Amino acid sequence: MPSISPHRSTSAMYGRLLRHIVFATLFAVLSGTAAAAKVIRIAIDAAAFAPIDVTATVGDTIEWTNSDIVDHTATARNGDWDVEIPVGATRQLLLDHAGSLEYFCRFHPNMKGRIVVEPR
Amino acid sequence: MLTSRLTAAFVIAVSSAGLALAAEPTDPQIAHIAYTAGSIDIETAKLALEKSKNADVVTFANDMLRDHQAVNEQALALVKKLGVTPEDNDTSKGLAAAAEKEKATLAALDGDAFDRAYAANEVAYHQTVNNALDTILIPNASNAELKALLTTGLKIFQGHQEHAEHLAASLD
Repeated sequence: MPSISPHRSTSAMYGRLLRHIVFATLFAVLSGTAAAAKVIRIAIDAAAFAPIDVTATVGDTIEWTNSDIVDHTATARNGDWDVEIPVGATRQLLLDHAGSLEYFCRFHPNMKGRIVVEPR
Repeated sequence: MLTSRLTAAFVIAVSSAGLALAAEPTDPQIAHIAYTAGSIDIETAKLALEKSKNADVVTFANDMLRDHQAVNEQALALVKKLGVTPEDNDTSKGLAAAAEKEKATLAALDGDAFDRAYAANEVAYHQTVNNALDTILIPNASNAELKALLTTGLKIFQGHQEHAEHLAASLD
């Protein structure tokens, strides 16, 4: 049996208060994040990104899904990132800074895309 | 150059088989030509993987092997689904004969000479096949699914051509 604290009622009260604060804070953070950050989906099919151009905000996530018959990559022109997206796979990239990101497929350099990331 | 040989193969096919047939190949013939063209690039990639020690050439050859095998698997699955039997024809035969000669030429080269010749051949080969897809094979494909696969294939192979052009330029 666990020992019972002589200050159980006070502890319990502080415990409840603490839980309220934690939950309220979590709720505020999560709901705030959920409302603001988006997942932007880009389809890959017939050797093309669709849409080619997207606009995002820092904190958003890009999600590529490869429905094509061959593997592809989303490779940043400036070398910052290189995401391999095999046939049938979905891959994500968190956008952690603002800028205009040109990208292409390493295997098929005629496939090009652009993500404009605006500051939050 | 393989380009001229392949162009010649298409021209020969057109002239020997008669314009009516070769200028308007049937779906079974188109499927055979497309599959043959893919198989040729797979074999050339295997030769490059045997011979080349250049990391970029090896990467490119692996890309060609993986993509053309994937597209050819799709083509086989489609003809099976459609109940189409690919039909050998003069264009396929011309492609295969020209490829044999080019493979022998490449096989006789080594080192940088091989790498440069392989890259140049990949540029020329994709140019020729892409042109054939664009002007003969896709316009004449009557089945919508075959036409769609060829159209996707063309975009993929145009990517290969651009990739090959970058590779060739980097080896100069």
